[in-house]
Amino acid sequence: MSRLLIRNGRVVDPSQAIDQDMDVLLVDGLVEAVGAGLDVSADTPVLEASGHVVAPGFIDLAAHLCEPGYEHKETIATGCLAAVAGGFTAVCSTADTDPVNDDPSVTRFIREQAEDVDLARVFPLGAVTRNLNGEELAEIGEMTREGIVAVGDAGRPITNSLLMRRALEYARSFDIPVAVHPEDPGLSDRGLMHESAVSTRIGLRGMPSAAETVVIARDLALANATRGRLHIRHVSTAAGFALIRTAKDDGVRVTCDVAPYSFCLTDEDVAGATYDPNWKTNPPMRSAEDVDAVKQALRDGTVDAIVSDHQPHHQDDKELDFSEAPFGIVGLETTVSLAIDRLLRTEVLDFARLVQLLSTGPAQTFRLPGGSLKRGEPGDVTILDLDHRTTVDPARFQSKSRNTPFGGWELSGAPVATIVGGRIVWHVQD
Amino acid sequence: MPIESAEALTGKDVVGIAQLDPGEIQLILNTAGELLEVAKRPIKKVPALRGATVVNLFMEASTRTRFSFEVAEKRLSADTLNFSASSSSVSKGETLVDTARNLMAMAPDYIVIRHPNVGAPHRLAEVVPASIINAGDGINEHPTQALLDAFTMRQRFGRLEGLKVVIAGDIRHSRVARSNAFLLNKMGAEVRFAAPASLLPVEVEDLGVETHLRLEPALEGADVVMMLRIQLERQGAVNFPSLREYYDFFALTEDRLALAAPDAVVMHPGPMNRGVEIDSLVADGERSLILNQVTNGVAVRMAILYLLAGGRGESTADS
Amino acid sequence: MTIDGVSRSGLVQIMDEQGMEFTIARMAAQIVERDGGDIMLVGIHTRGIPLADRLAARIAETTGSEVTVGRLDITLYRDDVGPWRPAHKQPVLKDTVLPKSIDNRIVYLVDDVLYTGRTIRAALGTMIDYGRTRAVRLAVLVDRGHRELPIAADVVGKTVATSRSEDVQVHLREVDGDDGVWIGAGEEAEDAD
Repeated sequence: MSRLLIRNGRVVDPSQAIDQDMDVLLVDGLVEAVGAGLDVSADTPVLEASGHVVAPGFIDLAAHLCEPGYEHKETIATGCLAAVAGGFTAVCSTADTDPVNDDPSVTRFIREQAEDVDLARVFPLGAVTRNLNGEELAEIGEMTREGIVAVGDAGRPITNSLLMRRALEYARSFDIPVAVHPEDPGLSDRGLMHESAVSTRIGLRGMPSAAETVVIARDLALANATRGRLHIRHVSTAAGFALIRTAKDDGVRVTCDVAPYSFCLTDEDVAGATYDPNWKTNPPMRSAEDVDAVKQALRDGTVDAIVSDHQPHHQDDKELDFSEAPFGIVGLETTVSLAIDRLLRTEVLDFARLVQLLSTGPAQTFRLPGGSLKRGEPGDVTILDLDHRTTVDPARFQSKSRNTPFGGWELSGAPVATIVGGRIVWHVQD
Repeated sequence: MPIESAEALTGKDVVGIAQLDPGEIQLILNTAGELLEVAKRPIKKVPALRGATVVNLFMEASTRTRFSFEVAEKRLSADTLNFSASSSSVSKGETLVDTARNLMAMAPDYIVIRHPNVGAPHRLAEVVPASIINAGDGINEHPTQALLDAFTMRQRFGRLEGLKVVIAGDIRHSRVARSNAFLLNKMGAEVRFAAPASLLPVEVEDLGVETHLRLEPALEGADVVMMLRIQLERQGAVNFPSLREYYDFFALTEDRLALAAPDAVVMHPGPMNRGVEIDSLVADGERSLILNQVTNGVAVRMAILYLLAGGRGESTADS
Repeated sequence: MTIDGVSRSGLVQIMDEQGMEFTIARMAAQIVERDGGDIMLVGIHTRGIPLADRLAARIAETTGSEVTVGRLDITLYRDDVGPWRPAHKQPVLKDTVLPKSIDNRIVYLVDDVLYTGRTIRAALGTMIDYGRTRAVRLAVLVDRGHRELPIAADVVGKTVATSRSEDVQVHLREVDGDDGVWIGAGEEAEDAD
């Protein structure tokens, strides 16, 4: 019988509308009780949490764990370590491994690796199409038997509209969502950053907002027609949120997430970075108006989750020039701090809403266990210290990769302890 | 309440279940019942359609259905002529109606037509005086199949009303599923389609069927389980990923059949893909009526030929 | 064969219930006398069937052993079915049940009225497709003459002279609720059993 008492923290659990100083008792890996002054035996281990925020464990709906196939960038072990260091108790791994996770044997490999590592929980995402080819369905049913929670072709857009429709229909038999990267590659036209006066000024090819919004419109229409479950990843445009907001009002089964660079950085920041590929993301960092729209959407419920969109790249890859370098930045170890510093402190969001976006919302979106401290839920807890000041130092990341634009940022508020299944897997000792 | 049989068919053709009313369906089934025993006699022939000419115009590959029609025609002593897609002049660019008019110059009494295009039999029926029997038009209807399926169910259960019938497979492209749904609804049975949504027609519930996206919930308490042949489309795995996955989740195995009613039966229009949509153990098991369907098919087709006959001479009352 | 649906007024009864009982008894005796009890009776739809049943019962009383009874639908062998009917107005088919093989048996066809003989010709055609009998004989309740084919009955209940415009009605309790035979003037109905 393993026990852990988290004492006297400020418990914020949107699933029970709790925001109050309380104790949380975990027994045998599950939540046993939440209440003020819980009475426990003298030999129960105690984690003092006064002055800290105690939340149901944070869940990341999209992180590239790179194993199998790209172990030079990240492994499941290092990725899970980065996750718990960043306050995440669970991570959904994307399907763009090598071999692609389009087959139950790959799904099983990922799951078993994560179980061996025994840090964060890993819920694999399966591919929509075979080998991410965008033309033929992958064995979605077989993969559900090995534990995928959703399907998505990672960062590859599905340009074949009929296939997208059939995927939404077919996935209904297994009641899982189809997660899409909303981009029309034809319209992106090899763009490297957001298309605007800024891209014109600094001479980089631009990706128009329309490249994102036309696909969001298409996929919402298909989700409506097929009654399938649609999840739109890393939405970054004001127009995109407007479409999603309306669709949700109309009862379309759609959810969406945003990545931190979409509420922290703009195209001007890309311009200011003198063509440093650590600012190269897809979707790109957009205009200030778009960032405002992201914050509004986070506030008003249009967005269901904040994700890390963790995309490790090896040093060598990011030493390429801006055109040649791959898109993507790491995020597991910066997302939570950025969210606290840039959304909570600035009063864009209140605490309940923040925890909703990092825990309860993601759990509901992919119907995962957790996201709640109700009795019987997994004993996954994230403990935050709002006064803990950190400076982002990529050299000290647990992740194998260092590609981030946030190096040197001073942030107030960080995860200080991460508990998975009643066990403390990460603990910052002051 | 059992449906009263009509006294005669109202039209000169059988082009679809959509055009038949329940009384006519009952008449066809009753007549087929009486014609079944012709196959059991030493001499499997009756002279009823002696001298009638039937053209089998099969513009789409089929051995089984055409064979079944031929046997039915010959057992009624009619003369048969066979035209198939490759041997006919249609492949040389002649229109369907021209082909039919040329055939009509030889004065056939019936044309049994199977065609890849929806509505071809209906067009012919308007244009030629022969009785047109639809042996399958594209993905639209296959009325004689639905009639023989219904006959088989009624033969086993004594009724159609209230039967719970599951049809599973590629419903969207299945004329067998459509004709069966039309017929069973008209006769008061309950129809359940089971298929992933990518294989279901849009808003098919409007046809009066229940839809299930997995097979197991559809099977609960079902009396009849009809499996349709599944194959990968020409353009590859767009509607479902692979035959292996289809088998794992949507095939009729013994375990799944056990979810149906204790005396449930198994049917299949054929030809079967063993190990894809149906296990051999189930297809060959004691609950399978698949071979009965074939036998009944001849009797049902004989019944339609018999009921559509006439109009070329004076009737004499006899005693 | 009788024509249904004709008015009962102007009909003369030529056999009553008791008369029918005696007649059937005599017919049964004639059959046994000629062929013994080892015969098969095959009733022709519709009223030939209860007649065959009654004859079988009488014969069984006399011989002490059961007589095999079958039933025959001759519709498919009629000379006016198929192309000669009005379009798509084929007569409704009824059931044919021969409980045992007819090979090498003596089979009595049983019908209520013998008229033109076409029904019996069709019945013979049907029988031939079922096997090879030792002999086929005919027993009818009423022979009203006007043969159009060379057919004769072996056992006749009553011979009645009729004109073509007249109509002979046979009622059997099992089908009509009463027993009796009537003659009257009547229109020829279009269709008959």
